Amino acid sequence: MTLLVAVFAAIIATVVWYKKAPRDEMKTGFLALMYWGASLMWTVDAVFEYVSDPEGYFSPAPVDMLNDLFLGVSVVALGLIIWLVVLLIRDPKGIVKQALLKKN
Amino acid sequence: MACFLVSTAEAIAVTVAAKVMEKKEAKLALEGKKPEAEGKAPFSRKLKWLRNMLWGGSALLAFEHVWHGEVVPWFPFLTAAADPQEAMVMLQEIATVGVAMAGLVTLAWLGMVGVSALIEKRAKKEDAAEAVK
Repeated sequence: MTLLVAVFAAIIATVVWYKKAPRDEMKTGFLALMYWGASLMWTVDAVFEYVSDPEGYFSPAPVDMLNDLFLGVSVVALGLIIWLVVLLIRDPKGIVKQALLKKN
Repeated sequence: MACFLVSTAEAIAVTVAAKVMEKKEAKLALEGKKPEAEGKAPFSRKLKWLRNMLWGGSALLAFEHVWHGEVVPWFPFLTAAADPQEAMVMLQEIATVGVAMAGLVTLAWLGMVGVSALIEKRAKKEDAAEAVK
């Protein structure tokens, strides 16, 4: 479930990046790569899990599924927070700089 | 247990490599040898794709390990490291799952670099054909 949520987040971020490319003022390319990296890593995790327990892999307990879904959503939220921090620090549009140097 | 450590180590190495490459490219640009002028994306940009995938993946996986109580904010930080038997299992997991994770991300990046090289080649051909016209 965590893998699925991460893959969907990666796909959405990639589509958003593609819509604005080659301009990447919002650094959505970074966000997409971050989710793709995590998705690939969880794919490996899933393969190892499947190899160790092929029957149990496709029939998880509802409580485990709910926990995994909750984890997946939390991971997406953390990814968005990291992206937002990077965006504000890099400040490609210079908005933070303008706001800081604004003279009243 | 700690499979993300392999990707984190690779991410550190790639970050350093990207910085070194960026400096080299800046030097070449001063000599008038810009990769963009030859219709190619700078290699440092391509390294940054790998860097972002590795750092992003490692950070999100580290969060998953915190979620499951496998990483804690006190020494030795990895709960499995406190017990010698569990530590052995952890090391085995790092050597199998961890290496496979870093390997798959690197393989995906190599695919991206390959596809981008094909796109650059095609663009160069199209430019040459237009120049002949």
